[in-house]
Amino acid sequence: MQFDWNIIVSSAGFLANGLALSALLVAVGTAGGLLLGGGLALMRLSSRRILSAPAAAYVTVMRAVPLVLVLFWFYFLMPLAIGRPIGALSSALTAFVLFEAAFYCEIIRAGIESVSPGQTMAAAATGLRWGQILRMVILPQALTAMVPLLLNQIIILFQDTSLVYVVALRDFMTTASVVADRYGRPIEMYTSVAVVYFIICFIGSSLAGRSKAPVFR
Amino acid sequence: MNYHWDWSILLQAPYFGWLVSGIQWTLAVSAASWAVALAVGLSVGAAGNVPWRPARLLARVYVEVFRNVPPLVQLFLWFFVFPEVVPNAFGLWIKRDMPLPEFSTAALAIGLFAGARVAEQVRAGVDTVSTRLLPAALATGLRPLQAYRLVLLPIALRIILGPLTSEFLITVKMSSISLTIGVMELTAESRHIENYTFHGFEAYAVATAVYLILGLAITAAMHGLDRRMRAVEAA
Repeated sequence: MQFDWNIIVSSAGFLANGLALSALLVAVGTAGGLLLGGGLALMRLSSRRILSAPAAAYVTVMRAVPLVLVLFWFYFLMPLAIGRPIGALSSALTAFVLFEAAFYCEIIRAGIESVSPGQTMAAAATGLRWGQILRMVILPQALTAMVPLLLNQIIILFQDTSLVYVVALRDFMTTASVVADRYGRPIEMYTSVAVVYFIICFIGSSLAGRSKAPVFR
Repeated sequence: MNYHWDWSILLQAPYFGWLVSGIQWTLAVSAASWAVALAVGLSVGAAGNVPWRPARLLARVYVEVFRNVPPLVQLFLWFFVFPEVVPNAFGLWIKRDMPLPEFSTAALAIGLFAGARVAEQVRAGVDTVSTRLLPAALATGLRPLQAYRLVLLPIALRIILGPLTSEFLITVKMSSISLTIGVMELTAESRHIENYTFHGFEAYAVATAVYLILGLAITAAMHGLDRRMRAVEAA
């Protein structure tokens, strides 16, 4: 069987649309996930159990289930909750935000906990309030510690966007599979998407590896 | 929200049987891919520690390639592309005669992906301990291979038990992608029940609970193992 470059060239526009959808999923998943994850992290770090326990339970459950199941959950739940069909994209976006939030929560929490508690006490002794300590002492250091882990999580998220295949949402992977099925060209399509995914993720993980976290004690 | 609850549906035939068989397939895919992941992880990880550049480079290439392509794409490459690009007779054997084609492909693909991650852990673990222990082990008269097998690897594995547990949990969850090539594991069966009964809530809830219990059980087992090893070390 001859490797047919034409099929890749002629479907390039279709594939590019797919890649754009993958990018949208990553962008919304990251932005929403960080926002919600940050809130969850603060809840988990709270000394009040009424705040920390639900956040911990949420994170444990989300991290225990496969993303495919979460995608199915929201594909099924969203229309039921809203009362009308809303389509695969909205349910997938919701699923990604809520799923990623659990992972970002753990990264943010670990980042905050990497700053020695002595600093919090010292800052409190100078008369800073909790919000000020968080903003002026802990977060600047914690953020530096989080960067490599956050970059890694974004790469994993990008790879995970391919799973929207299960709800027939046309991301990069799914557009490739549509072309592969329609023209009977699985070799060309799957090999080329693999190469593109590899290049993007390899560059990303090299960047993540280079931003080594300093240790604050 | 207008929903008719009926948890008893899960205990009725044939849905109960679907769930049980789904759990069995999830366990089977997870166990088989973890076996592949450990075998690959230990060999590629060891190759990453060899004081010979080409071996380390090969290990590096393996890890980077398998880590940077989404697992679903890898699964499709093994399932749809691999049989077409190998010599004809072998390709035909895969498509016609290989036992449990979907299961075997899924276990292999997920195992090779997880293997890259395990390899990284093993290599890093051995690197950490070898600076101090390798000279000591060699001084006792062990040959390098013996030092690796008898001293460095066991101690490194002990250190990376935690990260390995996480990798195993990731592998169990990853087994769900095998539904895309037709393995009817737990997630697929819960979807199957939803499609037949419209009781998606109950079906997905039970699948969620099973994954949660599975995860907690694995974590508990590893904690137990960790405690036992600590006790042995302290003695």
